[in-house]
Amino acid sequence: MEVGLNHYLFVGAVMFVTGVICMASKRNGIGVLMGVELVLNGANVNFVAFARYTALGLDGHVIAMFVIVLAAAEAAVALAIALNFYNNHLTIDVDRGDELRG
Amino acid sequence: MSAEQIHSGLFALFAIIACGAAIAVVMSQNIVRMAFWLVMSLGATAGLFFLLDADFVGATQLLVYVGGTVVLLIFGVMLTASGPYIRIRMSPAEGVLAGGIGILFLAMVYSTVGAVNWENVSSAASPSGLGAGVSEGFNASSQGNTTRPLGLAFIGLRPDRDLGADIHSPLSTGYLLPFEIVSVHLLVVLIGAAYLARAKRRSDTVEE
Repeated sequence: MEVGLNHYLFVGAVMFVTGVICMASKRNGIGVLMGVELVLNGANVNFVAFARYTALGLDGHVIAMFVIVLAAAEAAVALAIALNFYNNHLTIDVDRGDELRG
Repeated sequence: MSAEQIHSGLFALFAIIACGAAIAVVMSQNIVRMAFWLVMSLGATAGLFFLLDADFVGATQLLVYVGGTVVLLIFGVMLTASGPYIRIRMSPAEGVLAGGIGILFLAMVYSTVGAVNWENVSSAASPSGLGAGVSEGFNASSQGNTTRPLGLAFIGLRPDRDLGADIHSPLSTGYLLPFEIVSVHLLVVLIGAAYLARAKRRSDTVEE
């Protein structure tokens, strides 16, 4: 079996879908952040696979680097927000953060 | 054993670890085990990057993601997991619903992606337009490593593309400006995160 572009795209699709389900179903705020990381990783797999198998070339690697850096920045800010949420509510359950419900 | 068989075997190993650990992140109810499965998934993804000849991106994935971001998440778990909240369960009915929706969503995404013949798309895009300068794509395995071309791309030089071929293109193919924006963005984000997460004195204790 020769490994081609579609195999890598399938891995990326699985990681993307599990990340979306993780974001939607977890009630722990840190679990939601882990879902975001999975989604960004699925996108990165696709970028690097297209860089290898199509004419995207080195641009795919550069975009993957930017995604990694922005994911790290996002994790830092989201963790600070989660800590503030925990200080105010004494829980990390995102279902409790419903003060803004109309 | 040929190199292609080794490549296929390693791809199967890393792909199964990456997908299985990603599914285990969703299935697991314990937040600490979720962090462990996330490390497995991200590490196997770095292995996939190495298989795709992206050595610098794979090394960065290991250093920044597995070494930095996950440690940050684990510190978040340690600071917020108190007593009853270390495992917040969802009901079995919600789990079945999430699994069904996930399988349907995966079928939709992969049938959409798999319906496109990517070889035709890439060859149709390259003779004219933005891909004009690409000679034969980027073949990292014949050029050794990707560290030097990546570094040159970040300071705005693209030796892997013939910039004279698409001189009428308004887009620059270097990445100096996005690199500077991202570096300033990272500095602002770290200052902002430290400001947001600093230990605040509660207002009610101050008044006493």
